[in-house]
Amino acid sequence: MENLRIIHTETIRETVKQLFCDANYFLTEDMRQAICQAEASETSDLGRKILGDMQDNLRIAGEQLIPICQDTGMAVVFLEIGQDVHISSGDLTEAVNQGVREAYTEGYLRKSVVSDPLLRTNTNDNTPAVIHMKIVPGTQITIHAAPKGFGSENMSRLFMLKPADGLEGVKKAILSTVLNAGPNACPPFVIGVGIGGDFEKAAILSKFALAREAGSHSDKPHIARLETELLESINRSGIGPAGLGGRNTALAVHIETYPTHIAGLPVAVNMCCHVCRHRTAVI
Amino acid sequence: MQYTLNTPLTKDKLQNLKAGDYVCLSGTIYSARDAAHLRMHQALAESEALPIPLSDAAIYYMGPTPARASHPLGSAGPTTSSRMDKYTPELLDLGVSAVIGKGRRADYITDSLVKNHGVYFAAVGGAGALLSQCITESNVIAYEDLGTEAVRQLTVKDFPMIVIIDSSGNNLYDEVYSKIPPELLE
Repeated sequence: MENLRIIHTETIRETVKQLFCDANYFLTEDMRQAICQAEASETSDLGRKILGDMQDNLRIAGEQLIPICQDTGMAVVFLEIGQDVHISSGDLTEAVNQGVREAYTEGYLRKSVVSDPLLRTNTNDNTPAVIHMKIVPGTQITIHAAPKGFGSENMSRLFMLKPADGLEGVKKAILSTVLNAGPNACPPFVIGVGIGGDFEKAAILSKFALAREAGSHSDKPHIARLETELLESINRSGIGPAGLGGRNTALAVHIETYPTHIAGLPVAVNMCCHVCRHRTAVI
Repeated sequence: MQYTLNTPLTKDKLQNLKAGDYVCLSGTIYSARDAAHLRMHQALAESEALPIPLSDAAIYYMGPTPARASHPLGSAGPTTSSRMDKYTPELLDLGVSAVIGKGRRADYITDSLVKNHGVYFAAVGGAGALLSQCITESNVIAYEDLGTEAVRQLTVKDFPMIVIIDSSGNNLYDEVYSKIPPELLE
């Protein structure tokens, strides 16, 4: 018991609030660099102009505190909770939602969540968040905040492939999703892929993959090679910035894997636009 | 080609535009997205008047973030147009001449644009802060209860757009797709 650490829900609420405000106004440096490098390598005149506009957009967003994109997203939160943490003073889920509520109402962010998928009444505070919790060793809580816009979310896909489909089937699933997304999902994309696990594990992995540093690679050599090969293939499509033609259709492909069943090969492809917002804090 | 145009976007101004042209638009446009389109569709079904004048009007598929005190509105980029496909032909038939959004549309939208001599433009998705600089005035004129999805009358100055589908039915996205190397499509 001597290692037990107490973390107050108030700290969690305040951290979540700050992360969602920051994510919507300031794109992280890895993403800024990726867009800047895309502009340098772009061969289409219109594509270069669009990538320049995207960088002007980031500058104006930061200077005038206008959200980078009007779709400030559904609030996705990954919590990695140390097993030697005791969370005190209230409900953890409510603390996260309160942080989201305050970010979206006090931070001039758009409220884009409806309380029921069929009745569709806006909750007016962007809650509830989508919260994924994982218990890990240690005495800290890591909070990943990722506001997710639905222009790209709507173009995401899940495939339950057969083992016989193999690597070629995986590549085809990812490529077909990206080509189908095209201009709808605001390229240049970051593409999060989850391979393995089961139906929902693949999807969660693909979402988590978007929170990786843009352009980072899997530590599994065969997966890192697949990331590189897919990025190269996607950028040969010519879809380009905003889907108007050019060589920069994607900024990064991030693949996460998990063991799976002898009968299955799930592949989830979570599309994200060039405003791939992710912020992390450790408390 | 690059053009500078003022509203109203009458058919004679639109007929020379070709897919791929760059247009800076000034004047009055109207924002409406999913929920507002549904309401307008229902109003038409009930033979009720619509909240916006339709003749030669331009509709922008957009729902902004809240405005800070110093600005007319917040971030204001386009949303995906295909969700409005279902509601678009009847508005074009009633006189709307331009629709502004992003992303591909159903084939019947091209047919309706050609029939009505209309144009589909894209603004750059995900550039809502930049595009907000071109909007000098914003007033909610209908469906205020819809919040961000309310219908707004916007005054724009040099608002940048690209012609995606011109009034002859040429489609810039289709041109881009036609050049995808065939091995990527197998």
